[in-house]
Amino acid sequence: MAAGGRHDGRRRPMSTHFDEDPILGRAYDARLVRRLLAYVRPYGATVGLSIALLLVASLADLAGPTLYRLGIDRYIAPPGARGTGADFRGLAGLAAVYLAVLALGFGARWAQSYLMQAVGQRVMADLRAQMVAHLQALSMSFFSRTPVGRLVTRVTNDVDALNELITSGAVAIFGDVFTMIGILAIMLWMNWRLALAAFAVLPVVYVITERFRLRSREAYRAVRTRLARINAYLNEQITGMTVTQLFTQEPGRLRAFDELNAAHLDASLASTRNFSQFYPAIQLVGALGVALLLWYGGGQIARGVATLGVLVAAIQYAERFFDPLRDLADKFNIFQAAMASSERIFRVLDEPAAVRDAADPSPVPGMRGDIVFRNVWFSYQDDGAPAAAPVSAGPAAGRRADEPAWALRGVSFTIRAGERVAIVGHTGAGKTSIINLLTRFYDPQRGEVLVDGTDVRRYPQRELRRHVGLVLQDVFLFSGTIADNIRLGNAAISDADVQRAAEQTGAARFIEALPRGYATELRERGAGLSSGQKQLIAFARALAAQPEILLILDEATSSVDAETEVLIQRAMTAALRERTAIVIAHRLSTVRHVDRILVLHKGRVAEEGTHDALLARDGIYAKLYRLQFADLD
Amino acid sequence: MRSRRFWAYVRRYRRAYAVGYLGGLVSIAMAQSSPWIMKLAVDAIGRHAGLGLLAAYAGALVGLAAAEAAATYVMRWSIMAAAYRIETELRREYFAHLARMPLAFFERTPTGDLMARAVNDIRAVQRFAGVGLMRSVHTTVMLIASVAFMLSISVHLTLVMLAILPFVTLVFLLLGREIHRRFDAVQAQFSALSTRVQEMMSGIRVVKAFAREPDQLARFNESSEAVVHTNLRLARAQGALWPSIGLILGVASAVLLWQGGDAVIRGTLTLGQMVQFSYYLARLSFPMIALGWVANLWQQGRASMNRLDAIFAEAPAVADPPSPLAVDGIRGEIAFRRVSVVRDGAAALRDVNLVIPAGRTVAVVGPTGAGKTTLVSLIPRVLDPTDGQVLLDGHDVRQLPLAVLRGAIGFVPQEPFLFSDTLRANIAFGAAGTADPARVLEAAEVSQIAADAADFPAGYDTAVGERGVTLSGGQRQRATIARAVMRDPRVLILDDALSSVDTQTEQAILRGLRGVMAARTSLVIAHRISTIRSADWIVVLDEGRVVDQGTHEDLIARGGLYAELYERELLREALEAEEPASMSWPPAAGTTDGADR
Repeated sequence: MAAGGRHDGRRRPMSTHFDEDPILGRAYDARLVRRLLAYVRPYGATVGLSIALLLVASLADLAGPTLYRLGIDRYIAPPGARGTGADFRGLAGLAAVYLAVLALGFGARWAQSYLMQAVGQRVMADLRAQMVAHLQALSMSFFSRTPVGRLVTRVTNDVDALNELITSGAVAIFGDVFTMIGILAIMLWMNWRLALAAFAVLPVVYVITERFRLRSREAYRAVRTRLARINAYLNEQITGMTVTQLFTQEPGRLRAFDELNAAHLDASLASTRNFSQFYPAIQLVGALGVALLLWYGGGQIARGVATLGVLVAAIQYAERFFDPLRDLADKFNIFQAAMASSERIFRVLDEPAAVRDAADPSPVPGMRGDIVFRNVWFSYQDDGAPAAAPVSAGPAAGRRADEPAWALRGVSFTIRAGERVAIVGHTGAGKTSIINLLTRFYDPQRGEVLVDGTDVRRYPQRELRRHVGLVLQDVFLFSGTIADNIRLGNAAISDADVQRAAEQTGAARFIEALPRGYATELRERGAGLSSGQKQLIAFARALAAQPEILLILDEATSSVDAETEVLIQRAMTAALRERTAIVIAHRLSTVRHVDRILVLHKGRVAEEGTHDALLARDGIYAKLYRLQFADLD
Repeated sequence: MRSRRFWAYVRRYRRAYAVGYLGGLVSIAMAQSSPWIMKLAVDAIGRHAGLGLLAAYAGALVGLAAAEAAATYVMRWSIMAAAYRIETELRREYFAHLARMPLAFFERTPTGDLMARAVNDIRAVQRFAGVGLMRSVHTTVMLIASVAFMLSISVHLTLVMLAILPFVTLVFLLLGREIHRRFDAVQAQFSALSTRVQEMMSGIRVVKAFAREPDQLARFNESSEAVVHTNLRLARAQGALWPSIGLILGVASAVLLWQGGDAVIRGTLTLGQMVQFSYYLARLSFPMIALGWVANLWQQGRASMNRLDAIFAEAPAVADPPSPLAVDGIRGEIAFRRVSVVRDGAAALRDVNLVIPAGRTVAVVGPTGAGKTTLVSLIPRVLDPTDGQVLLDGHDVRQLPLAVLRGAIGFVPQEPFLFSDTLRANIAFGAAGTADPARVLEAAEVSQIAADAADFPAGYDTAVGERGVTLSGGQRQRATIARAVMRDPRVLILDDALSSVDTQTEQAILRGLRGVMAARTSLVIAHRISTIRSADWIVVLDEGRVVDQGTHEDLIARGGLYAELYERELLREALEAEEPASMSWPPAAGTTDGADR
């Protein structure tokens, strides 16, 4: 009287990474499992308790048929003499025991599943925290070549697939094994001859199940890979639909799609045929076992070796014995998916950081702000991977693969503490690379970058960055309030500091005009704010951190109105005061107010001097000036 | 499920469903008969009947089980196979429908959304068409038959059981609803976590620059804890579901032992009948569970089909005219007559009038956002104008069959999109089926991709990767030019298609194209002076209007926007040509050391 086929009420979000083939390998990989177990070990006690409860629940489940046996043999149809006096109270008592056992089983099973979920959730939280902490430590080159969506999938869906392994896969198998061993033991103990008769069909069950398991593995793999292929194709076709339409290739694309679709149908049909055969076959074998029991058991009863109660109980046990076998395919799939996910998760965790802290880093007591670039050669393609530079839109396009793509070719310059320097140059001149090296987002291939006379690679990265402020051209705003975005979670920055920074940069005026002021929640990366307002927040954010060195990527945004333009100018002036500053300049007003201008061209320092001196020289700067600044100011 | 489309699919497979349901009925009949044999057998054993009779009963049980197995197989196979075929056809219809959607549709509908429908919704519909439809009927009949047989054995016991068993359905529905609610909460937290990761990873530069990693990690862990919390809330409800159902079924079993046993002792029931009853009880319990489950499948299937129908309801904006003009050949004369285009509420083109005689090469220039791409997109009807007419050989392009119109046009889009196939397949894309290897080579030569192809590991059979990622930007552009040339079009349109190739290669491409362009009409959107100057005619666009047109010399002489653009372009090219102080590799130290100033 078991509940029949199980069905998992929980729907998992379908993964949506079409860019990668599902890795469907083995369902059990000792190396991966050992690594996974390390995450479960801290919760060993809970797991142990859960397994103990599972044992209780399995035993409680096994009580029913035995209680039936007792009821039949003692009260309902006692063997031998009939009518020894009807014992209604005994039967009622037995039913009461049955109810008590059921209640116990219910409690144990509920608690067990909750405990296991708790373990699964804690393990996932641990794993996620570790992944995120690891990702944070990876260098920018990793982020420039890895789509964000893929990282999100790793941290969310892939980790979730492991949860299923922990909660419904591994431990449930314990339960199944308990149940099967329990049934075997009880039946052998009740009447070993009857037990052997019932289990005469086991070899057949084994053969059927094994065949099913093999086929279903193949079928599952075929269905999954073919569906992945369909989805990848569909994804690509949707993206390139206009091209298909322009070239009137819709019929051809549809034909190709039909082929993939048909291949998937074939696999689905093979899979469903396999399932359609398996369930009835197992049922038939079960019936065969029951028939054997009836026939053989009937004879045993006639000879007085067995009782009716034993026979009924044996039939009930035999039927239950087959239930765990049916779930096998599901479990197998869970294992397989979990192995594939853990493989991907560990690949992220094993990713080495390209930019690492030195083993014995130099302390940073206080910074003056002297900057020296000494013959720096730098390329974004360090490992030979065709990584697109994230900020600098270098002229990677059209270049032959074997050409080295140097963003900086032997750049040397010195900036003294407190000096304000503008760096100008044409697209791809290497301006942003200077910033990427100073903040140690990347390390140069040759030469060195010194701050206060020490190579930046000697400082702990985070210490260095605490002293080097950065204002980026595309302002990234986090969800949260405006104050949160200025403070960026730094508790050392008080509300007064936030306000002061906003006032210095002129952001205070528009912030205070908002109904909720600094507590205004920003939606969707600051939708609703103008690009000028976002820039002002970025300035305030940089100033609030009070860095000794400030780097500014200054984009002259055409969408900024004249009034905001004035505000940004004012913010810039405030920001540049009293500190070493490097501005990647796009505004004439900015280059006029710095102490010195460095002109980068094709990865080299081509010219340097003041605005007037460089204009008089009529070289690259003069051309740049006419191209970039002349009609924008 | 009210979707006409869905039921039309089911109707197409009505025979499979009929066969399946017939199999289902047979299997139910067999399943309902075997408990009766069990009763006979148990009672026979009680009477100490002979082994021969028992053997007959055992044989009958096996026979019934075999028939049931066969019938169940027929039911499952027939209906499930139909459901998979429906899934396949639905997916095909979905794709075919998308292939008829205009650019505007894809611009406003995120690819992820379309994919979610293709992946999740089609699957939900398949599940409903298969398991859902199969179980709806099977469950109902099984339920009615079991209750009927139980009544025939003992009205009293049946009533007792009917007082207990509906709790299964009730628990499934009530707890199911609670689980659903909590599951939604989990989903919400889960997507909040996704958003958090997405934000952290997108803003990693800022996080690193301000050394805010610990704070960000703390915020992440907060989200992560919220996920744990809601998941455990879900686990409390979900973990109770199957144990509760097991409990109720167990209670039914215990009560049967008590009440049924009681009746046997009193002699109103035989032990065989009690065993028989217990079998009907077992056959009733699954339908009780399945009722709740099937209800869920209906709900999900209906919601998913509605989402799919919403896409199917989108009419293809660009469609063949009802009675397309029959044209023999296209010469390639293009005219714009009072053309205006409004996109996203803003005017992209305003009252454009233009005539391009067949065989001419026309350059379109203008600042960013002037409407250049919009202008050329109107010719192959990637877009239709809001007002006015675009004419090809004097025919409104909307009157021409799409295949004829687009067959005459070779279009090289701004964004070079390649399919994840071989280079050869990408070049031959527009001439699928008739791809002559010699012509592929020819097209590759003209577009200057031939030399690159020779260097590739597998030549033209090299896979270019997703969207052509293994190629450089310039190679991608040249491959898309080859793809357009391969079509041997009467009208060639290059939408800023040479931006990523260097000046020398560009010259070589233009020389090659001039050979094949001679008899064609060409529209070229370009920035480089060399490209623009080589055109017969130059059209200057600004803010959606044609502000000037003429030859290079005319336009320079007039000194308007063109002269200005030309001036800037000259400056840009001069700057690009400029080489800083030459240096040798390996570099000598301190060549331009700023410190020596």
